[in-house]
Amino acid sequence: MTRITVTVDGDRYTDDIEPRMLLVQYLRESLGKVGTVIGCDTSNCGACTVHLDGRSVKSCNVLAVQADGRDVTTIEGLAQDGELHPMQRAFHENHALQCGFCTPGMIMQGIDILIDHPEPTEEQIRHGLEGNLCRCTGYHNIVKAVAAAAKAPNAAALSSSAAGA
Amino acid sequence: MTTVDDRPSAEIGNRRLRKEDQRLITGRTKWTDNITLPGMVHLAMVRSPFAHARITSIDTSAAKEAANVIAVYTAADFPDGMGACANAWPITPEQVTPDHLPMVGERVACAGEIVAVVVARTAAQARDAAELVDVDYDVLPAVLDGLEAMKDEVLAHPDKGTNKSAFWKLDSAEAGTGGNVEEAIAAAREDGIVIKREYRQQRLIPAFMEPRSTVVDPTGEQVTMWTATQIPHILRFLIAATTGMPESKIRVIAPDVGGGFGGKLQTTPEEFITLAVARRLGKPAKYTETRSESLVSAHHGRDQYQKLTLSATKDGTVTGLKVELVANLGAYVAIVGGGVPVLGAWMFNAIYKFPAYQFNCQTVLTNTAWVDAYRGAGRPEATFGIERIMDELAAEVGVDPLAIREKNWIKHEEFPFTSVAGMTYDSGNYEAATARAKELFGYDELRAEQAARRESGDPVQLGIGVSTFTEMCGLAPSRVLGSLSYGAGGWESASIRMLPTGKVEVITGTSPHGQGHETAWSQIVADRLGVPFEDVEVLHGDTQVAYKGLDTYGSRSLVVGGEAVVRAADKVIEKAKAFAAHLLEANADDLEFSGGRFGVKGTDQGIGITDIALATFASHNYPEGLEPGIDADATFDPDDFSFPHGTHLCAMEVDTETGQTRMRKYVCVDDIGNVINPLIVEGQVHGGLVQGIAQALWEEAVYDENGTLVTGSFVDYTLPTAADTISFVTENTTSPSTTNTLGTKGVGEAGTIASTPAVVNSIVDALRPLGIHDIVMPCTPERVWKAIQSAGSHDGETTTEAQPHFDEAAPNNADPGSTGEGNAQ
Ligand code: FES
Ligand code: FES
Repeated sequence: MTRITVTVDGDRYTDDIEPRMLLVQYLRESLGKVGTVIGCDTSNCGACTVHLDGRSVKSCNVLAVQADGRDVTTIEGLAQDGELHPMQRAFHENHALQCGFCTPGMIMQGIDILIDHPEPTEEQIRHGLEGNLCRCTGYHNIVKAVAAAAKAPNAAALSSSAAGA
Repeated sequence: MTTVDDRPSAEIGNRRLRKEDQRLITGRTKWTDNITLPGMVHLAMVRSPFAHARITSIDTSAAKEAANVIAVYTAADFPDGMGACANAWPITPEQVTPDHLPMVGERVACAGEIVAVVVARTAAQARDAAELVDVDYDVLPAVLDGLEAMKDEVLAHPDKGTNKSAFWKLDSAEAGTGGNVEEAIAAAREDGIVIKREYRQQRLIPAFMEPRSTVVDPTGEQVTMWTATQIPHILRFLIAATTGMPESKIRVIAPDVGGGFGGKLQTTPEEFITLAVARRLGKPAKYTETRSESLVSAHHGRDQYQKLTLSATKDGTVTGLKVELVANLGAYVAIVGGGVPVLGAWMFNAIYKFPAYQFNCQTVLTNTAWVDAYRGAGRPEATFGIERIMDELAAEVGVDPLAIREKNWIKHEEFPFTSVAGMTYDSGNYEAATARAKELFGYDELRAEQAARRESGDPVQLGIGVSTFTEMCGLAPSRVLGSLSYGAGGWESASIRMLPTGKVEVITGTSPHGQGHETAWSQIVADRLGVPFEDVEVLHGDTQVAYKGLDTYGSRSLVVGGEAVVRAADKVIEKAKAFAAHLLEANADDLEFSGGRFGVKGTDQGIGITDIALATFASHNYPEGLEPGIDADATFDPDDFSFPHGTHLCAMEVDTETGQTRMRKYVCVDDIGNVINPLIVEGQVHGGLVQGIAQALWEEAVYDENGTLVTGSFVDYTLPTAADTISFVTENTTSPSTTNTLGTKGVGEAGTIASTPAVVNSIVDALRPLGIHDIVMPCTPERVWKAIQSAGSHDGETTTEAQPHFDEAAPNNADPGSTGEGNAQ
């Protein structure tokens, strides 16, 4: 067992965990943050994407101990005071989700794209989403949503309050 | 009564943003795997690594000793069984249908089959201990391929004595729906065109994004099962029917379900095992599959060998079509596994006026994962075959592929049209959809560019692919299903509860998993009852709430389930009218219902339907002889199918030096009748297109010679990413369906059905001058490159040699006509 202290969606947690525990397991099983989901066992699908110190990571590809002392944001931490993050709003307004299983990962990755490309081209968006699989939407509306979110002020920020939404 | 002033006059037809999004975009989801119950135990399955083997011993002692392991069970621990994975559609009375038990004790018939289950306090502990279960196998010879299976040399189930499961035939001369196909082919051999082609529909994996998961709580009066399924109602019925549990003691809930595409249209071994373990231990139990397990053991789709013989006059007027299929069902005949290829019987003739037609389908058993519905289910396979061979006919006649289609398709004024397969197409306008698609595509300009590139010998050639599809949707008229020996009906149910506070609950027997029924059904009810969209709550997917239903698949939900909602709403209005007359002291005949209000004609007197709901709640004053309440139930059984159609056009650049393909443009104009929500329709089309395109270009489930799935993870089973795909141009034309009052047709499968042949046709079109007339799917750069190389090396020799398909000796290659002929004449 190893002791870690992690900030997740603004709250601090201290836990003794098995060193082999993945961050995604820690989020889902220890913290009940089940908004972040698991879609594969080979780090291909991106469903588990969260932000670690402000950049996207696949949480099935990170050990929970590696998050020690760091700051994690999940899909559950984006909306502040009932106000959606611009990326969440763009997904809704552009019908960028159907079953919604890939959506948490897509939204978190969409935000990350805007950090590198505040005014992304379609090509940059498509390449930025390459590590996230969706079986429902054919990506068309997800690409549209990320492009639409880019037009909102501070869409690359990690909370809707910081984004001025 | 609530009034919303800015409410549009009609909800139907609006691009309403979806109600279901809010939870999904904020992570407040209810996936089955999210559920945790007090004392819950976790399951891990021990699966066979071999395709076919006898189990000689299973030693569970080490696993039982492992930390926090509660139990390890094999089939021997359940002498009365655990239920069974039933086949609901025996396509013939003689069908060979091996027993499909959730866990096997003696012999495994495919890799991934479950031989033991480990129960532990955590999923990780269960998985670790599963590694410690020691199973000894005697490996048996395995048959994997459909054509190999036809030889009956190696048997998938030796006790059955054959791999052939069933043979199903439709012949237009015998059925009285058309002429004799052999005569048509013979006549064309004398003086016409006969084209024979063999196509391969490779095996695919549905690959829904949410892995399957089941939680069973046995501690209540009803045993509750939450499961990632498309079919909670059918599952409940089949649990009762195969385990002997009283149906009334079973509650099945499909909470948030992350995609299905047919892949969750199944009753699975894992569901039965989780149920059995939970009941044995008296504790809640959970099983969630890994992705690798999902790819290996959730059912696969497609896997057909198709042999087509088309006859035509010299000018390209079709005279006959003969279809011979070998469909690989895998190790067991799954819930509708045998029936899926048979659905092609009514689809190969497609939109064309074939005077003579014959469809033959042989299903076979092999030692592979069982095969069942995958988006389109039988219809993409058929559409692929016919749309590919129509291009061959165009090439043979020397005309544009659209011209050959137009020459042979059903004209707008000929609807309703009874096809040579005996189906009545309700409505359609192929001319309008095609004209609009050509315009959006810039068809003539792209053809000009293609000619210029050919002319200049550009290493990057341009191909234009066409697909003018139709499909039958709205499964299904119950009497038709009965005549096909299908084990259930095709009706759908709906209930509407008018709550005293003016809110409305709609209960539907459909079970959405991404389709947006909550939004669309709300739009329908808002219009019908004149209540605000926001005041309608749609409930589904829980057999305790929606006690009656036949669930979601086959593009049936809107055309059957939506119609049931309409009928329930009409009953509510009818019931409310008597109360309105009473309360208004008017004659019911003098009442008009519009905008949610009963008005007395010629006066300004009136009462809102939600006020009536409140009045019936109090029931202080209501008509003599009536029950208080205006809630209503309806069950709708369609009289006929509906037939959406569309024209899909694909422009593809093919690099003749590398075999690389690049999609330039994809346009589709689909006619799906009246549209409830264009936003949802577009989404369905986009997603469908990419699944169909993926079959053409990337996806294939591959087994090695030992029957091990080589494409057993997302590293090898290559789903397309955003970087592989493009943005699409989609539009609609509208020929309202005549088989339901909303005038709607299905859309869930249209994109998948149409796009695969459009893409392959585009690649073949680019390379046809090289003498190439087919590339086996998926058309990877390697396959395209090899086709170009072998075409080049043959230097213009016959395409039969350039594109060898199947072994000449293979049964599927037997001559379908009376004499042996070459390919095109
Ligand atoms: S769960 Fe698939 S990448 Fe993490
Ligand atoms: S919305 Fe279903 S997987 Fe993306």
